[in-house]
Amino acid sequence: MEPAEHHPTDHRTDHDQGHDPHGRVPGESPTRFEYRGVRIDGDHGPIVENLSAVVPKRGLTVIVGPSGAGKTTLLRLLNRLDDPDEGTVLFEGRDVRDYDVLELRRRVQSVGQVPVTFPGTVAHNVGEGAVALLARVGLDPKLADREADRLSVGEAQRMALARSLALSPDVLALDEPTSALDTENKAGIERLVRELADSGLTVVMVSHDPHHADLADHVIKVHPLKKEEQ
Amino acid sequence: MATSRWALCLVGVAVVISAWQRLGLEGDLTVATVRSFVQLIAVGYVLAFIFRGHGRLTVLALAVMVGSASITTRNRAKRVPRSGMIAVAAIATATAAALGLLVALRIVPTSARALIPLGSMIISGAMNTASLVMTRLHDDLASNRREVEARLSLGKTAHDAALPWLRSAIRGGMLPSVDSTKVVGLVALPGAMTGLILAGVSPQSAVRVQLVVMYMLLGGAAFAALVAAQLTQRRLFTKSHQLIRSLRRVP
Repeated sequence: MEPAEHHPTDHRTDHDQGHDPHGRVPGESPTRFEYRGVRIDGDHGPIVENLSAVVPKRGLTVIVGPSGAGKTTLLRLLNRLDDPDEGTVLFEGRDVRDYDVLELRRRVQSVGQVPVTFPGTVAHNVGEGAVALLARVGLDPKLADREADRLSVGEAQRMALARSLALSPDVLALDEPTSALDTENKAGIERLVRELADSGLTVVMVSHDPHHADLADHVIKVHPLKKEEQ
Repeated sequence: MATSRWALCLVGVAVVISAWQRLGLEGDLTVATVRSFVQLIAVGYVLAFIFRGHGRLTVLALAVMVGSASITTRNRAKRVPRSGMIAVAAIATATAAALGLLVALRIVPTSARALIPLGSMIISGAMNTASLVMTRLHDDLASNRREVEARLSLGKTAHDAALPWLRSAIRGGMLPSVDSTKVVGLVALPGAMTGLILAGVSPQSAVRVQLVVMYMLLGGAAFAALVAAQLTQRRLFTKSHQLIRSLRRVP
C-alpha cells in the first residue's frame, strides 16, 4: 500500500483496538484522548501533519516510531506542556484547552525519559503515603529516608512513577521510560507499566522500541514525514 | 581644565603601552577618551543649567537616564521577550523606591543637586542588577528545562515551578552589591567619598554620605532584582503555565 493512499502527507496512523482486556462500563465513553487533525511544527517545517488517533480509556497505548517522528511532542500535548500548531486534542471528549491546565496536569501525569529527582529524601519527593507507593512501584520502602539524588537511575525512574501515582491520576503518560536503563531494570519497568495498565489506569507510553508494541493493548504508529517521496 | 589636560598624559601612557605590547587597543582608547570628554562636558552643562533654577527638569533628567540604562539592559538580555519593558519597570521602580525613601525619611533634600547624582548611582546599579537577573533566569530555566517541566507536570504553577531558579537569579543579581558593601573602604575608597574628600570635605562627613549611598544602592539592587525576576519569569512562561516555545524546544 502506498503511504500516500493512507494520507496525503505520508503520516500513517494505525490502530489496533482489537482487545479490551477489562471490558467497558456501560454508558462510559471508551475514549480517553483523541488527536484530531493535529499538526506539530519543528524548526524546519511540520514534523507531524493531520494526525488523528484515539487513546482508549482502558489498557496500555504505545506510540511507536523512529526518532524525529514527533512522538514525545504528541505525548506532551496530552498534559499541555505543548500545544498543537493546528488541530485539537480531546480529553474525555473536551478540548484539553478547555480544562484548567493545573487540574489537567494533576489528572494526566507525565514521567520523562530521564528521571528527575528533587532535593531532599525519597519520602519528601513522593509525598504523603510514600511507603505504600514505593511498595506499589517495586521499591524497598526503606529507601524512603534516602536522599533522592543517591538513587540509581532505575530506582529514580520508579520513584518518579510513585511521585506521579501520589496524585491519583487518571492517566500516566510515559516518555521512553526504559531508554536510560540496563536490560534487567528495563524488564522490571516494563512489568510495572503493564501492571499499572492492568490496574485500571490509562497508560500511554512513547517508545522507539518496536518490541514495546507487543506489550500494548493499543498501538499508534507514527512515521517521520518524507517530503522527498512527493 | 588645566588638570584634565595633564590627566590626558595618562591616556597617552595607555596608548603607548597598547602599541608597544601590540594589544590593538589604541583605537578603542582614543574613542573612549573622546566620548567620555564630550559626554561629560555636555552633562556638566546640562547639570549646571538644571541646578541654576530649572529644578523641575530633574524628573526628565532621571527619566532620560532610566531610558538609556534600559536600552543597555535590553541589549544584554535580548533572549528574554519584551526585555526592554522589563528593564524600564525594574530600573524605574528601583530608582523611585530608593530615592523616594531617602526623601520621605528626610535623609536627602529634594533639590536637583542631590537627586540627580544619587539617582544616577541607583540607576547604574539597578541596570547591572536587572541585566544579571534577566540573563541568569533565562539561562537557568533553559538548562534546567527537564526539572522545570517535571514540576509543571506535577500540577505546579509556573511561578512555583521556577521558584528555585527565581531565587538564585535574585541572589545572583544582588550579590555584587552585597559584596561591594562588605569590602567598602578595605579594597577601594568608593566614588562619592573620594569625590567629597578631593573637594575638601572632611573624611567623617564624606563617610556619612558614602554610607547613605551604599545602603541606597543595596536597596535599589533589591528592588531591581525583585521586579526584574518576577517580570522575566512571567515572560518565560505562557498563560497556560508552559515554558515559552524557545525554551521548550531546547535539545
